Amino acid sequence: MSTPAPEENRKDSMAENAATPADATAAVKRGPSVATRERRQGSINPSGETPYLVVQDLTVKFPTVDGVVSAVNGLSYSVPLGRTLAIVGESGSGKSVSSMAVMGLHDRKRTRITGSISLGGDEIVGLSEHDLMKIRGDAVSMVFQDPQSSLHPLYTIGNQLVEAYRVHHHVSKDAAKKRALEMLDLVGIPNPVRRFAQYPHEFSGGMRQRAMIAMSLINDPKLVIADEPTTALDVTVQAQILDLLNNLQKEFGSAIVLITHDLGVVAEMADDVLVMYAGRCVEYGTAEDVLAHPRMPYTWGLLESIPTVSAASERLRPIKGLPPSLLNLPSGCSFNPRCPYKDRVKGERCLTELPELLPVDGAGAHTSRCHLHDKASIYEAEVAPRLG
Amino acid sequence: MLYFVARRLVSALSVVLATLIATFALFFIAPTDPAGAICGERNCTQQRYNEIKENLHLDRPKVQQFAEYTAGIFTGRDFTTSGVKQHCAAPCLGFSFKNDRPVTDMLKDRFPVTLSLVFGYAVIVLTVGVFVGSMAAKRRGTLGDRALMTSTLVVSSVPYYIVALMVALYLTVLYPILPRGSWTPLLENPAQWFAGLLTPWLVLGAYNCTSYARYSRGSMVETLNEDFIRTARAKGLSDRKVTYKHALRSGLIPVVTIFGLDVAGSLAGAIFTERIFDLPGLGVLVLDSLNSYDLPVIMGTVLVASVIIVAMNFLVDVGYSVIDPRVRLT
Repeated sequence: MSTPAPEENRKDSMAENAATPADATAAVKRGPSVATRERRQGSINPSGETPYLVVQDLTVKFPTVDGVVSAVNGLSYSVPLGRTLAIVGESGSGKSVSSMAVMGLHDRKRTRITGSISLGGDEIVGLSEHDLMKIRGDAVSMVFQDPQSSLHPLYTIGNQLVEAYRVHHHVSKDAAKKRALEMLDLVGIPNPVRRFAQYPHEFSGGMRQRAMIAMSLINDPKLVIADEPTTALDVTVQAQILDLLNNLQKEFGSAIVLITHDLGVVAEMADDVLVMYAGRCVEYGTAEDVLAHPRMPYTWGLLESIPTVSAASERLRPIKGLPPSLLNLPSGCSFNPRCPYKDRVKGERCLTELPELLPVDGAGAHTSRCHLHDKASIYEAEVAPRLG
Repeated sequence: MLYFVARRLVSALSVVLATLIATFALFFIAPTDPAGAICGERNCTQQRYNEIKENLHLDRPKVQQFAEYTAGIFTGRDFTTSGVKQHCAAPCLGFSFKNDRPVTDMLKDRFPVTLSLVFGYAVIVLTVGVFVGSMAAKRRGTLGDRALMTSTLVVSSVPYYIVALMVALYLTVLYPILPRGSWTPLLENPAQWFAGLLTPWLVLGAYNCTSYARYSRGSMVETLNEDFIRTARAKGLSDRKVTYKHALRSGLIPVVTIFGLDVAGSLAGAIFTERIFDLPGLGVLVLDSLNSYDLPVIMGTVLVASVIIVAMNFLVDVGYSVIDPRVRLT
């Protein structure tokens, strides 16, 4: 575990002991409801551990000729070392965009990023390209969705691994090669010496993803962002890659942010789950809380749309409608046009008022963004039976 | 790799052979009258006409003529003009009676001129053109990019010979800022060689840089959007390394194709440039022989041009397989 981030410590203690005089003064200086606001935004990890990655109130906007695309709106989460956070959502929900921001990979001329992203206490929003370069691939690395297109087709696997290592380590080519072979072996690529000299097109899909994982772990990063790492792979290979990621996490102790739309993957991998919709967090908690006691109609919809073998004869229950345009979000709750439960909220609050991200049971780390009062009973009575 | 090269070599040779047959057919089987052309319109008696025909072996069957021509390329031939026996050494591409010289010798004189011209041209388009294109691709959508692309379009919509003529007239004659075009063999005086070629290089290079900039911009824009470029950036590579190591290598592939054909075409004769800047290259040779109806020279040049084009294509293929390992397997 890394040294605890001082900033986070202070926030934690403030949230816990806001009554002590010193903290109370500080709280006054920083506004009246800092403690509650931060708890509400979910910056404190559901596990209670000291987080390595803290994202707070992150917004990512892309100004275009048609208007400003709000891809991420006020997202907050945190991941401690050794834990895996799964970010779940449909395409266009902002899950990839938010993680690209963590890598600082957005084109700065076309993107407006506000809020805070801190890695082990170091703020990275607003860092210069030069400083970001030092972090990328070293403290944070990324495993991409499609290893076929994400590896350079014209360089050998070995060449690409060696390059990744030498960017951050001033060592000889031979030393880097030794390290690369070690990594290839570690991710379960047989005959690494021969594979080292081969090109990506000579690898199978699963082997390519293993090589990609080897490359992303070669600098022993504290945080690995895996952007749908198994989506482009065979189902049989998917399980192997997930096992590999799980095992490597135990060995390297890194934090993992896993971006996926596959709730099966979430169940297998995640410690915490964050459900995103239209650029906002709509439900956040430990995997057990979110998967077993979901408290938001969108999460229910995601769970209901998973096909099961036992119910093969039944029709799938997709969520009706399409995700909203990020150029022009619906007023009120972004999910209201597709929500089958919005009539159960009095008045037209779902249409007029954006629900806040609040603890589902009044306190605790499991939060959701929904106006429904009796979420627990609706879930138990109506949704859970359909899930079987 | 060896198999790949061997296969391409065989197909290249068959193309050259086909060109040889086609060229020969065009000039000696088609209703042309080489003997009449050499004989001229005045003072051409029937006796002289027949004599020329006999010397040129034009009175023999076409197949035999072709066999002799082809054999001459490998073994050399003898010709008789005005009673004098002339030897045309291998590779003999025929004999120019207008100039009283073997065609091969004439081509040998001219080829270094065109080669020098194309060499400098290639250096300019490959460095400046590709560099400008890559810069524009990196800054795509910005004012600079748009201004650059619009201006390249403007330049390439003016006919080349006008641009070349204007430069020659204004910048080398009326206001002699640039040296006039002239030819000095490289080994004779390198400085003069360079000075004489500088203006044609700049004009030919700058004009064609515009299309190279557009090709490479398009290709680079596409490449810069590839997933593997994002991977390269995610590794922590510097912007320069991402652009010039990762992106340029795959972005160059389509440019290499165009470059190969373009260089081949220019080697076969950069007629306007050679004419305007007073360079006695292959293009001017063809032009002169067309005017004087010097068939053996035209045919020899066409043949050499086709060999150059086939060779360049072959080199492009080999170049591909060097750049792109995926091509080696096919």
